[in-house]
Amino acid sequence: MERRVNYENELNLMATELRLGLPGCGDDEPQRKTNPSIRNNKRTAPEISEVSSSESSSSITMSGSDDQDSPPPAKEQVVGWPPIRSYRKNCLQSSKRNEVEGMGMYVKVSVDGAPYLRKIDLKVYRSYPQLLKALENMFKLTIGAYSKREGYNGSDYAPTYEDKDGDWMLVGDVPWEMFISSCKRLRIMKGSEARGLGCV
Amino acid sequence: MEPSELKRSKDSPNLDESTRRLSFPDEVLERVLSLLKSHRDRSSVSLVCKDWYNAERWSRTHVFIGNCYSVSPEIVARRFPKIRSVTLKGKPRFSDFNLVPENWGADIHAWLVVFAAKYPFLEELRLKRMAISDESLEFLAVSFPNFKALSLLSCDGFSTNGLAAIATHCKNLTELDIQENGIDDKGGSWLSCFPESFTSLEVLNFANLSSDINFDALERLVGRCKSMRVLKLNRSVSLEQLQRLLVNAPQLAELGTGSFSEELTFRQCVELESALSNCKNMHTLSGLWDAKGIYLPALYPVCTHLTFLNLSYAALRSDELAKLLAHCPRLKRLWVLDTVEDKGLEAVGMNCPLLEELRVFPADLFDEEIIHGVTEAGFVAVSFGCPRLHYVLYFCCQMTNAAVATIVQNCPDFTHFRLCIMNPGQPDHITNEPMDEAFGAVVKTCTKLQRLSVSGRLTDLTFEYIGRYAKNLETLSVAFAGSSDWGMQCVMGGCSKLRKLEIRDCPFGNAALLSGLEKYESMRSLWMSACNVTMNGCRLLAREMPRLNVEVMKEDGSDDSQADKVYVYRSIAGPRRDAPPSVLTL
Repeated sequence: MERRVNYENELNLMATELRLGLPGCGDDEPQRKTNPSIRNNKRTAPEISEVSSSESSSSITMSGSDDQDSPPPAKEQVVGWPPIRSYRKNCLQSSKRNEVEGMGMYVKVSVDGAPYLRKIDLKVYRSYPQLLKALENMFKLTIGAYSKREGYNGSDYAPTYEDKDGDWMLVGDVPWEMFISSCKRLRIMKGSEARGLGCV
Repeated sequence: MEPSELKRSKDSPNLDESTRRLSFPDEVLERVLSLLKSHRDRSSVSLVCKDWYNAERWSRTHVFIGNCYSVSPEIVARRFPKIRSVTLKGKPRFSDFNLVPENWGADIHAWLVVFAAKYPFLEELRLKRMAISDESLEFLAVSFPNFKALSLLSCDGFSTNGLAAIATHCKNLTELDIQENGIDDKGGSWLSCFPESFTSLEVLNFANLSSDINFDALERLVGRCKSMRVLKLNRSVSLEQLQRLLVNAPQLAELGTGSFSEELTFRQCVELESALSNCKNMHTLSGLWDAKGIYLPALYPVCTHLTFLNLSYAALRSDELAKLLAHCPRLKRLWVLDTVEDKGLEAVGMNCPLLEELRVFPADLFDEEIIHGVTEAGFVAVSFGCPRLHYVLYFCCQMTNAAVATIVQNCPDFTHFRLCIMNPGQPDHITNEPMDEAFGAVVKTCTKLQRLSVSGRLTDLTFEYIGRYAKNLETLSVAFAGSSDWGMQCVMGGCSKLRKLEIRDCPFGNAALLSGLEKYESMRSLWMSACNVTMNGCRLLAREMPRLNVEVMKEDGSDDSQADKVYVYRSIAGPRRDAPPSVLTL
């Protein structure tokens, strides 16, 4: 049975002759394409798999065999499917990024003068203010606000971190994502040494 | 003299006849009508006779407008002079899934201008899928001195600056409910705009926003608003901060926590648990972002009286959910992510016999390699344990006809059945047959069914079943289904109570569209996108039914004759004048 669809016709007669087909249903029908909503001239139902429109960006798999056990075709992103509000999608995607990257990113935190070190999971935070607030809470100290010109000037403490090259850097200079990918450990400097950093 | 009496004597010059007909005084009628809250009851009342119509319109204080374009603000103001509360819905529901162009319309401003003139004592505004700008929010804030409640759900066009205006000017505000909107979050300083003298807030929901707010300002606000019963925090509020808030607000009935994942010391855990156990009125819990299983036991004290638990932002495992649910025997509504898997849903069936509503959302939307999530087994397990289940929203990766038949046998009282098999057009994974019999079972067994969303591979048979059996169906959502026009014709012909029909990517064409010619005026709206409807079909519909607005949205590069997206709705306001160029009104 010819599968080519005639796009010049307004009435798409082939559409009314549809037999729904997926591999293994007993027909020799080619596999259904999964992204009918992507803009093109196609006016067929999703069950017709062959799309000859030049605008189609799909990867069409034509499998006439009964292979129910093979993995499903690459799930192309159909616009607006599955029907989840963007707000929820965005929330889930940012959580997923955190989980996928592993079991958390624990780094040691030392504070000058404290008897022992602590460990925190950098993955839990999404911004510098959150991280600094957590450090302030954990160690009962005040670090204050960051400024590009003055660092943490005015505070007795300066948060620093050791990066991949082994250098000690001031927390806050680079974008957050860059920071968490390069931070190996944290050190909160205290006193004159800390104040000195702000004037450099 | 009561206004209605005045009207009555003007309208019916033959007084004797009227007094004989109306056997009890207007005062009694109006008193009785003022007790009517349901807008449907009020609509029915207004149709009885002219006197009742007048009595009803003078006593109505709340108006519900399901489609903002079905009527104009001027018409509303003319008919209902005493409105204090307005609920308005705008864009078609598929705008939530990016199927509606950006600047489509549903702007609230024109309504606000009329309200400012006609309803200066307006107290409540609840909007869903409307476009609202910061200027409109400012206008709202300064135009209504008695304004009390603002609720925005799935709206867009505004930023936190608009919220700042509300916080600054609305001295009598009791409710600020910002949910799932496309909001431009410019920072959390809006919360600090509530004046120190402001104490009336009862509902505060800013869970939607991501920026940090000034916690001290929030703590003071919560501390002085002693009537606060609903507080839903955003992710930036930490567990430790939550504890501090709860200590000052044990009266809370609904709580949305902030982030639930930071490191807590043992002492902090104990303090949090203690603060929660003081919240004796708490029946709803949500938030719990990034919840770590180890901190969930802190929730146990409130779990015993919880009726609604929203875990849809906490990717819990099955064992974590099971442990938590063991403490939630009174749960009526549960929302979870499919990370809990079938095993987690078994725990639902075992622990929550009073459950009425279950929503399972997908966590991994684009994961191709591993099939996580829930299957038919989880749904079946819940149905065995929860016979009172009547509302379900279920996103799954596979389903079978037999499972659905079992489910509705166990739970015949479904009013809302929304099943989303996530791979479009997927058949019964065991028999490889279409899912027709599944939905056939649903509509045959669940006679009270009001809302249905179908999915999976479906032929016209599904729609034959729907048309034949779903006599109470009001809302139907269809995607990637059907074989021919006949399917939609069955629905249009059989579902007498149908009000909203939304269809995408189905082989329904002009014959199907036109089969509903006489039906559309009794419906709120019809949406058809990526179907086989043409411009000619739409023009014909528009010509035959002048009281319908037939709007077509064209996509770039599509055939001139195709009607890519069609939106049809009844209206007494005529065609709208604010449509963008991409929307053609026929």
